[in-house]
Amino acid sequence: MAEEKKETTSKPAPNEKGNKAPVKKKEEAAAEPLVLSSSPHIASGESIPLLMHNVILALVPGLLVGLYFFGFDALRVLLITTVTAIGFEVLLQRIMHRTVTVGDLSAALTGILLAMNLPAGAPWWLCVVGSGVAIIIGKQLYGGLGYNLFNPALVARVVLLISWPVQMTTWPKAQPFFQRGVDTVTGATPLGRMKESILLHHDLSGIAHLSLIDPFLGHVGGSLGEISALALIIGGLYLIAKRVITWHIPFSFLGTVLVIAALFHGIDPNRYAPPQFHLVTGGLILGAFFMATDLVTSPVTHRGMLVFGVGCGLITMTIRFWGGYPEGVSFAILLMNAATPLIDRWVKPGTFGTRGNGN
Amino acid sequence: MKTLTFPAGGIHPPEEKHYTERKTIENLPLPKRVVIPLQQHIGAPCEALVKVKETVSAGQPIGGAKGFVSAPVHASISGIVTAVAPMPHAIGRDVPSVVIDSDGEDRKFDGLSGCEDFLSLSPGELKTKIRDAGIVGMGGATFPTHVKLSPPAEKSIDTVIVNGVECEPFLTADHRLMLEAPEKILGGLSILMKVLGVSRGVVGIERNKPDAIEVMSREAVSLPGIEVVPLKVKYPQGAEKQLIKAILNREVPSGGLPMDVGVVVQNVGTASAIYCAVHDGMPLIERVTTVTGPGIRDPKNLRVRIGTPFSELIDYCGGFKGKRGKVISGGPMMGMTQYSLEVPVIKGTSGILVFREEDLKLKDSRPCIRCGKCVEACPMRINPSLLGVYVEAGVMDELEGNRILDCIECGSCAFICPAARPLVHLIRFGKAEVMARKKK
Repeated sequence: MAEEKKETTSKPAPNEKGNKAPVKKKEEAAAEPLVLSSSPHIASGESIPLLMHNVILALVPGLLVGLYFFGFDALRVLLITTVTAIGFEVLLQRIMHRTVTVGDLSAALTGILLAMNLPAGAPWWLCVVGSGVAIIIGKQLYGGLGYNLFNPALVARVVLLISWPVQMTTWPKAQPFFQRGVDTVTGATPLGRMKESILLHHDLSGIAHLSLIDPFLGHVGGSLGEISALALIIGGLYLIAKRVITWHIPFSFLGTVLVIAALFHGIDPNRYAPPQFHLVTGGLILGAFFMATDLVTSPVTHRGMLVFGVGCGLITMTIRFWGGYPEGVSFAILLMNAATPLIDRWVKPGTFGTRGNGN
Repeated sequence: MKTLTFPAGGIHPPEEKHYTERKTIENLPLPKRVVIPLQQHIGAPCEALVKVKETVSAGQPIGGAKGFVSAPVHASISGIVTAVAPMPHAIGRDVPSVVIDSDGEDRKFDGLSGCEDFLSLSPGELKTKIRDAGIVGMGGATFPTHVKLSPPAEKSIDTVIVNGVECEPFLTADHRLMLEAPEKILGGLSILMKVLGVSRGVVGIERNKPDAIEVMSREAVSLPGIEVVPLKVKYPQGAEKQLIKAILNREVPSGGLPMDVGVVVQNVGTASAIYCAVHDGMPLIERVTTVTGPGIRDPKNLRVRIGTPFSELIDYCGGFKGKRGKVISGGPMMGMTQYSLEVPVIKGTSGILVFREEDLKLKDSRPCIRCGKCVEACPMRINPSLLGVYVEAGVMDELEGNRILDCIECGSCAFICPAARPLVHLIRFGKAEVMARKKK
């Protein structure tokens, strides 16, 4: 009879026996039928929009620094990617006859993250193509939020980087907003200079004069949202405090980078930059706190997250040291995204009563 | 001192105990009619011992246990049997039941005799009394108590735990019982210790009931071998396996029972019922239950005869407030929604919880976003999200290897899920499927 009836699911739950309405007893026929459902009967305040909202909030410090140093260019890029990402999501969900879910804020978040991964001077069409790639190829073709294998914003970044390398590596120089002149000069990123110096001089003389305070605060060339390590760390810690993410991925990622950098720097300080240089330059902090921790595309267990973070760190440093690109964070995260299903298959939570008590 | 708890998983749902935690237990007036299901326990149903038109008195056996894992049932009032037929039951289907119309006299059955000096009885005599009194686990699981008290010879028991955690939000029946009848609970614990021949008894109580910790501790001072242990507040600490882990740091093996780690756990209501059975000779014919929730006008803790229809308890508490939405037997985390108010209170009815229509948040279930919060919350450390996805996709071969049978259905995963996925529902379905396959 009236066993379990889920009132919350739109499609029938598996063991529902087709009885849409709860069974009415004679004596209650007059009153409204009681609601029947499976336990539990209360829920936490957690929701997908709330999670996304918190991530967006955590990105605000990094965004403000980007806007401060890159000015209206940055604002333009941010607006274009966000609006078009939302637009593409609505469009595609309409075309595919799916429920339009832009209210969950995930498309907006993808747009914002994409902007943070683009040079502030990126042409408008690059932004639009990027949003399209992120939402259409990176997300909706997989089935939408929850089903995508790769971080959509990173898919877009890498596609753009491979397809339009010049536009993707033309970095406007960071200038405080109130000091900006008419001309926007471009300059290399610290990691770009490092690569160049090693290729040309086989040592690090090209970055010898660089201060680490600038990239820590954000006064440095680079993608719109990755220039200030400090602002991003503040946002990342906020996410951990809000329990949107746990410490496992960012700390194992950053830890691995630090250990490897320290090891090689110890062996040959003329050729390998010190760990603190690697920590504050490039997209490492943005990647570790905001891209690698993407819920959908990272493992679900704490131990799996540690494996994931260490893998990201290893690949990042391999590319930075010996790869063809100065920066390896995006590739590292995407490769580990691909490994996530395997990690989740192999690294299981240590079930109660099996052996020890898990992690 | 470090407050004990189980280490992995768990959640902190809002407690909502304020409705009734200060309400003294009231006796519900004798019902005019009781419906006593012949199955109020896990195990084989009872056989009716009475016929229609027969006169019965309170405490008289009316259902005889068939098989070892079974417990007899007794008339809870005196009167005339008017039907022996399937009737609505809180488990959601009709169950053979004995219906008794009250004669208003509440005559006690002749065959009942108590024993003041109960500790002079032998363990075997005590166990017989417990079995004959129809005592089952009153925390909700309704496992026959005498079965728990008959461990195979190779399992040596060293500790009895009395579960005063009451971690389900809203429920306060156990809390009030600890405040109002601590001597009965501790007497029950002494009996349990004697039956099992152990010298260590522990009462576990969460810190959100400081008054109960105080009262029980004071009462326990004079009893050697018995201690009261305060526990950190975390759901589902009242689950047997989590409670044993918290108090003794022993882990019941997967698929095993508490006796595998030398422990027997009994709920406070059960301990008190054991005392009443042995000391007063009263079989289990009444229990304390909490009638509460935002949809009840005047929430109360009530002492109720088994078989009293829910409607009578609700009426006694002033009836519904607002537009009734859900009526739940038990707490909000593990309780079952009811389709009829005519279902009776049974031995395992720890509470009746009423939500109004506006309390029911109808959130649409969305695809899993793999956030891992359910994995983090799961006290059994399995992967609810993965199991849910497998069940939805019909991949039943993967369920057992991913430990679906270890799920205790506590609801922590579904509670925390941002995508509002019906995880317990899916897992329950998967468990049934795995069990069915195993039988083949």
